[in-house]
Parts: sequence; structure tokens; C-alpha cells
Amino acid sequence: MSILKLTHLNVHFPTQDGVVKAVNTVDLEMANGERLGLIGETGCGKTVLGMSIIRLLQLATKVEGKIVYKGKDLLKLSEEEMRKIRGKEIAMILQNPTTSLNPVLKVGDQIAEAIQLHQGLDKRAAKEKAIEMLESVKISSPEKRANEYPHQFSGGMKERAMIAMGLACNPSLIIADEPTKGLDVTIKMQIVKLMKEVTKRKSMLFITHDLGAAAEICDNIAVMYAGELVEYAKTEDIFKNPLHPYTRGFLNSLPSMGLKPIRGMSPSLIDLPTGCRFHPRCDHASAKCKTEHPEMVEIENGNYVRCFLYT
Amino acid sequence: MIEDVIVFLKKYKSSRLGLVGLGILIFFVVTAIFAPYIAPYDPHQRYETTEHPNSAHLLGTNHVGQDIVSELIYGTRVSLFITLFASIAAAFIGAFIGLIAGYFKRFDFFLMRIVDLFLTIPRLPLIIIIAAFMRPSVWNLVFVFALFEWSITARIIRSEVLTLKNRHYVDATRMFGAGDFHILGKHILPNVVPLVVVQLVLVSRYIILAESGLSFIGLGDPTAKSWGMMLHDAFEYPTIFISDIWMWWMLPAGLCIVFTILSLTFIGYALEELVNPRLRSMTIL
Repeated sequence: MSILKLTHLNVHFPTQDGVVKAVNTVDLEMANGERLGLIGETGCGKTVLGMSIIRLLQLATKVEGKIVYKGKDLLKLSEEEMRKIRGKEIAMILQNPTTSLNPVLKVGDQIAEAIQLHQGLDKRAAKEKAIEMLESVKISSPEKRANEYPHQFSGGMKERAMIAMGLACNPSLIIADEPTKGLDVTIKMQIVKLMKEVTKRKSMLFITHDLGAAAEICDNIAVMYAGELVEYAKTEDIFKNPLHPYTRGFLNSLPSMGLKPIRGMSPSLIDLPTGCRFHPRCDHASAKCKTEHPEMVEIENGNYVRCFLYT
Repeated sequence: MIEDVIVFLKKYKSSRLGLVGLGILIFFVVTAIFAPYIAPYDPHQRYETTEHPNSAHLLGTNHVGQDIVSELIYGTRVSLFITLFASIAAAFIGAFIGLIAGYFKRFDFFLMRIVDLFLTIPRLPLIIIIAAFMRPSVWNLVFVFALFEWSITARIIRSEVLTLKNRHYVDATRMFGAGDFHILGKHILPNVVPLVVVQLVLVSRYIILAESGLSFIGLGDPTAKSWGMMLHDAFEYPTIFISDIWMWWMLPAGLCIVFTILSLTFIGYALEELVNPRLRSMTIL
């Protein structure tokens, strides 16, 4: 059974310069217990996709399509009903742990706050639960740390605290938005290990541009480019045999693969290229790619790609 | 909570100006609270009129024979009482309007135009007119000052809320299912409280001056004499500047007003420096 199913999801922001088409006709399904990696470069719409699921974009944003979570279409729920889902059913772990904790509140109290919002616990019980959560994300001497302010935490510890906050109400689905951003390599590996451990029996949408982290944690990977999915495959397949030219370029740009950048710039989401979104930067582009827009096609056992090379 | 207060006091101690200001203010507050025990006479009691300072009446008596020292001590009560209540009320109204306008965009425009109105009209003349129309009483003065002194606070709080509500931790809280009022109370209010306190101190300076001004022109409460009222009485006395009477009748009341405002200014500076550390490097004293 699928826990989350996105059908023809479009997210558009009207701005003064034109409509920013951040997410375009995304179809995505997550099975219960699946950990799905959503990878793509900066500005391709990954975060917007994540935010649109828990409906926290500005009011003017146009969201179309269906976001079905456990059989309920989230786009049809009232704000009141949505608030009960946020944190309790679906929790989002934000990027920038440094700014995502309120500097004037103790870390333990902030985690307790998330617990109090959903579970009928009194202040003391919530605080105890918060200390438990801090312990579960491997923060040493959690009783002492719970009474400290965010500035007394290191970057890695803040990220751990954010993860603790996300897990506090035992949500079924976690949307992690680049939890490894801005951390140094050793801490990053610890956080990745922790994420893998704490989401063992949960579903997670792991948004990142860190392929290493995605490979470590995720069962499947979806590659996003200019607001649409271009490839969806099992993790081992995508690393062994990347199909879409963009995925190949993405992998080749990794330091371990020779640090070869993809030529050109990622397109503006206001003025998207015609035809295949990737054709201006693609080495295999033909005349057809410039005019016709390719569809997602199934290649084998559940792997999909959006490219004319495979049709 | 208690530790926070101790930490705050420790930081406050580093400001010499702030300590001086606090010392003066505490002196006046203690005087106001214990007025009946400190004052040598009942301020309404009449003795020989316009006595010069002597051992019985340290600052002499006024035109109807009331002891001026006792009047001064009881006047502290009235002046500080009005200032305290009016500035607290003004700070509350300002903070509330500022929070609502900053946080809820749909009220912002309307509320800020009201603030503009209150900021642009000349306040003192209008206060005089309103005070003249209302029956002179202490509570009416509190009401009039609160009505006119909230607008700057509202502006300042609004602008702070505008930046606070876009912080990541507000987004993060919303992601855990928090509603608007929860965010306002738990995440935004604690961040603006220091600003409100600074505003409260700075506004109280203006209120004490305005109260003295109103009382001086005769719009104060005649049953509860403040310092301004004493100045009024003294000024009306025909030969006030011909003889030496002004030296013990007018001067002490005027000095009390000056020192109170000075102490509030010092405290305001010290607090502002604590709240806004960027100012710390710029202070001269």
C-alpha cells in the first residue's frame, strides 16, 4: 500500500517577473516503509515539492493535482485538519539547523513544544519525552543539553536536535530537506548513519543533492530537473546504470568520478526550454528533443526515465 | 527564569549610567511607596502661609500654608503613579497592535494607517484639548497618555515582528502543526519583550514631562497634587519671582521632574544597549 501518492502535481508561483514553474506534473508514489531519495541540483524544485506536501507555501502559490496521503487528499483538507497532520503524521526536517531553532528558547523546550502540540502531555512529561528524544539521536548527557540554548550546540548537534524534533511525535512519513547541508564530512557521515537508523520502520522522502548520502539511506531514487522528474530507479540501478543523460552528468560531476561539470546553466523556472527541458545542455540532443516533450517511460522492473533515447 | 534575571542584572551592572539612573529611580519609588511614613506632615494640613524654610518646615510652606516637603513627597506618588500606569498601558496597546499588524498581513495596512494618524497629529495640543474637556482626574490623565503614546511602540514592534515571522524557526514550528496564536505567543512575543521594555522606559519619560506640563497649565487633578501641580501653584503666586520663595517652592519640584526624567533616560540607554548589542561599541560614557 502506498503511503504517499502524488498525481500530476504542479506548483506555480506567480511573481512580478512571470510565473515560476517550480514543480511540473510530478507523479510519484511511495510505498509504506520506503525511503525515497529526491535528488537534483539547487533550484530544481526539490524543496518546493517537499513543502507543498505539508502545504506550507505562501498563500498565492498555485498547487494543482493530487497529494494523497494514506488515502486522504491533503489538498482538500482544511487548515485545521492539516495542522493535525503536520508533525504528527508527516514531519519535515528543515535545512539550516542553525536558524531553524529559536535562539531564545531552550532546545529541550522546543522539542517538548512539538510534543505538546500533538500529544496531551503536560509540560513535565513532554520535557521528559524531549530528553528521551535527544538521547535517541545520540546526544550525550541529554538532561543537561535539553536545558541549553541553541548557540551552545555545535552544527552537528543542532541537526541532531532538529531530527529529534521531527521524530518527536512518531510520524509515519518524514520529509528530510537536505539534513546534511553545511556539515563537514565526518559529521555528515554520522548524521547519515543516524538518519538511516531512526527511519528504519518509517517512510522518508529524503531531499538532497548529496548523492553519497542518498545512496547510503534510500531504497529508490528520483532525479529531478527543472521542476520535473527525469528518472526514477532503484538505488543500486541508478549508480550502476544511470539512464538519463542528466543523471549521468550528475554522477560524473562527483569528485570521485572525475569532477566533470555538466555544461551550461540550469534553466530559469520562469522561462523553461521547449521540448525536453535538458536539451540545451545534453550531448545526445536531437532535433526532436528541441520541439517534443518526452514522457516518463518504464524501462524495466519499475525503473522509469524521461528521454527519447529509450523510446 | 530566576537565573535569567540574575544574568540580566549582572550585565546591567556593567553600565555605570544605568546604575546611576536606577539608583535615582529607586530613591523616588521608595519615597512614593512610603510617603505616609517619610512625610513630616499631612500635605493637606494648613499652617502659617508662605513661611520661609525653618526647622519645623524644611522648605517652608506654600500660599495656603501646606508644608512643601510633604507636598513634594506625596507629589512623587501622584507623578510616578500616572507615569507607571500610563506607560504600561501604552506599551501593552503598542505591543498588541504591533504584533497583530506585523503578523497578520490583512490587518497591517489598516492598523498602520491608524498609527500614522497618531504619529502625525501634534500630540501635546490635542492632549491638552482632550484633558480640558474631561473632568480632571488621575485616571483620566492615565487614559489620555496611554491613548497617545502607543503608536511608536506599535511601529517598532511591527517592524520587528515582520522580520521575526520569516525566521526559519517559525517555519519549523509551523511544520510541527503550530497555529498562528501559538507561534505569536511562544516564538514571537519572547523575542519582542526586550524591545517593549525599552519602549516602556523611553515613553515614560515623555509621559512624566507631559503630565507635569498638563498640571502646570492647570489641567491636572487638583485633589492629587503632582510636581507639575506644585509648579502651577507656585507660578500663580503673585510675588513668586520677586522674593526668594521660588527657591524652595518651585525649584525642588522642578528638580524632581528633571531627575526622574534623567534617571529614566539613563535606564533607557542602559537597557537599549543590552537589548541591541550593536550600540555597545558606540557609547561614549
